Amino acid sequence: MSDTPVTYVRKEMLGQKAPPTSEVGPVRWVRENLFSSPMNAFLTILSLYAIYVVVSHVGPWLLNGIWDAESLTECREIIAATGDGHHSAACFGVISARWHQLVFGYYPSELYWRPILALVVFLVGISPVMFPSLPRKLYIVTLAAPLLCFWLLWGGSIWFPVSIALGFGVGVVAHKLLDENVSALAAIIGAIVLPLLFWLYLAGPIASGLDSVIPLGIEFVPSRSFGGFMLSIVIGLSAIVISLPLGILLALARRSDLFIIKTCAVVFIEVIRGIPLIVWLFTAQLLLNYFLPPGSSFDLTLRVIIMVTLFASAYIAEVIRGGLAALPKGQYEGADSLGLNYWQSMQLIILPQALKISIPGIVNTFIGLFKDTTLVVFIGLFDPLGIASAIRATTEWNGIYWELFLFIGIMFFISCFSMGRYSLYLEKKLQREHR
Amino acid sequence: MKKTVFFGALTVAGLVAGAASAATLDDVKARGSLNCGVTTGLVGFAAPDADGNWQGFDVGVCRAVAAAVLGDPDAVEFVPTTGQTRFTALASGEIDLLARNTTWTMSRDVDLKFEFVGVNYYDGQGFLVPKALGVTSATELDGATVCIQTGTTTELNLADYFRTNGISYEPVPIETNAEGQQQYLAGACDVYTTDASGLAATRATFENPGDHVLLPEIISKEPLGPLVRHGDNEWGDIARWTLNALITAEELGVTAANAAELSMEPGNNPEINRLLGTEGELGAMLGLEADWAKKAIMAGGNYGELFENNIGENTAIALARGLNAQWTDGGLIYSPPFR
Repeated sequence: MSDTPVTYVRKEMLGQKAPPTSEVGPVRWVRENLFSSPMNAFLTILSLYAIYVVVSHVGPWLLNGIWDAESLTECREIIAATGDGHHSAACFGVISARWHQLVFGYYPSELYWRPILALVVFLVGISPVMFPSLPRKLYIVTLAAPLLCFWLLWGGSIWFPVSIALGFGVGVVAHKLLDENVSALAAIIGAIVLPLLFWLYLAGPIASGLDSVIPLGIEFVPSRSFGGFMLSIVIGLSAIVISLPLGILLALARRSDLFIIKTCAVVFIEVIRGIPLIVWLFTAQLLLNYFLPPGSSFDLTLRVIIMVTLFASAYIAEVIRGGLAALPKGQYEGADSLGLNYWQSMQLIILPQALKISIPGIVNTFIGLFKDTTLVVFIGLFDPLGIASAIRATTEWNGIYWELFLFIGIMFFISCFSMGRYSLYLEKKLQREHR
Repeated sequence: MKKTVFFGALTVAGLVAGAASAATLDDVKARGSLNCGVTTGLVGFAAPDADGNWQGFDVGVCRAVAAAVLGDPDAVEFVPTTGQTRFTALASGEIDLLARNTTWTMSRDVDLKFEFVGVNYYDGQGFLVPKALGVTSATELDGATVCIQTGTTTELNLADYFRTNGISYEPVPIETNAEGQQQYLAGACDVYTTDASGLAATRATFENPGDHVLLPEIISKEPLGPLVRHGDNEWGDIARWTLNALITAEELGVTAANAAELSMEPGNNPEINRLLGTEGELGAMLGLEADWAKKAIMAGGNYGELFENNIGENTAIALARGLNAQWTDGGLIYSPPFR
């Protein structure tokens, strides 16, 4: 036996080796996700081929796109001059020549700053509602935004929106005085009836009186000049902003114990929801005309906004009712046991939870509503699709399809995708359970 | 309660409206602009250009009426209407005149209670074929495949025509004009058939329009014209005679360029004098100024000029006058005399 010890146990640790290349990084990911079985490998190759086919056809078409052409004929001449005859290219000249119509419709071009400013005012006005970290003072803008946007978009005398605002002032004052001196019920009735009377009988004379003393205003733009995305956004955003509070009230009314209120809400929701939007739009366009005196300027765009708002509020009401129904009964009882009255319990306990649950549904409805605004093309309003066919109806651009649809699709996608992202942000921020 | 009051008010307003809508001319003058219904966009007939100004053959009629009544061809509010909304817009008084490539049919004239004031374009169903097919007449189309919009009168007209001529065809059903263009260009059918003006406009969008021809046969009657409401004959007369003035102007050789000169003083042709108001009282009979027709002609030219500038052979649409030539040239365009 030799004294030499037989070393069969390693004394020092080996350094860590890199894992085999097939087990790390992109290679592993590809192997596990794309080629894990013969079937998957086959499908992967098939998909790659499909992607290649699409990209190899659409890619050059997009990249060779011609941006500076005044007509389809000119576009084709440029393509024929540069290519080998089988060469295809998009003719984006239509977008560079007509983008202002796709975005603003027939709004006077020297006044484009007004809708843009109105959008800025709207965004500033809505920002404190959407992002609670912003200073509370911004709520002043929120209060002024609707009338300010209205005035910027349509123009005319400033005294008209001012006298409308005065009506709200009348309501607030009436509510305060009656609440202190008579009763709460009288205060609510007064706060509704008095402003209505003010708007019906006093607002007009006051506005024209003030206007004759101090003529102050900007150029009036008729609704007929509205078009393109501006029209979609005006209809969509007005409907969204008004239908949410209206929908909340309808949802509460539908769950109310008061028979008449409940019945009214049920009938309203079921009737509005049970009839297609396009029928309501035709009603706004055609039927109302027979009742209104000819030449009376109850504007078509306003009629459409009202119809779309009512339609959206019925859907929102049902979405919020779902949220209300999802709350455990204990929440309602807890609110009652704290001695809160109906409005307090709704405001402090029930609605914050119910609305949070309903966020995806609400945003879903809003996205649908925004896209539904394209239906107004059927009543002769120039939404983006209407503008597109009007552009096609000129001799320069007759026969152009894909480029316009692509542009419109991208614009709608950007708007709707941002709404969806905001909804996700809100859901994450408001998440309270399962932490 | 509030709703009841609201609807009550609407009803009263509706009744008042019915009573007040009789004198369209006064309404238009008081408003200072003519509300003219047009299509939302049809190549050559009505479409807004890059600056939002409406252009086209039907638009020319609107501008002529506005010029005759208000003296200003730009005093027009163009109300875009769709196939569904056009008649209601006119019946409800939202528009004063509808100039929207509308076919004059008996039921529209009688049952819908409108008054067609004339025909500004005689359209009809035609055939578009590739030149390579070597066909020069629709009667040679035996056995051809035909792209045709389903559920339209064009389908029935086609069946009738081929049956009458004892030849056969194979229909390729399509839904829209856009689809028709694609199918035809892809060679899915030998022939594409729809209204001749539509075929011409479609052909104008092709990459090589010269490779395709419109066959001479027109197999249906589609007289397109402006229309007004029943019940206001004075207004109807104004629209009718404005259109007639444009037609007569072409016949007499009065154009946008020479109308001003010819109306300076009475010339040798008494009908031109009556038309341009240098002789007689024709304007006053309509309740308009003596130079109403001159203004209408200077708005966009006479009938022939409107045709040439918007849809004529020098434009991309390149429609031949055909049926729409003056009666003196063998067409159907014919105005009663100005006397």
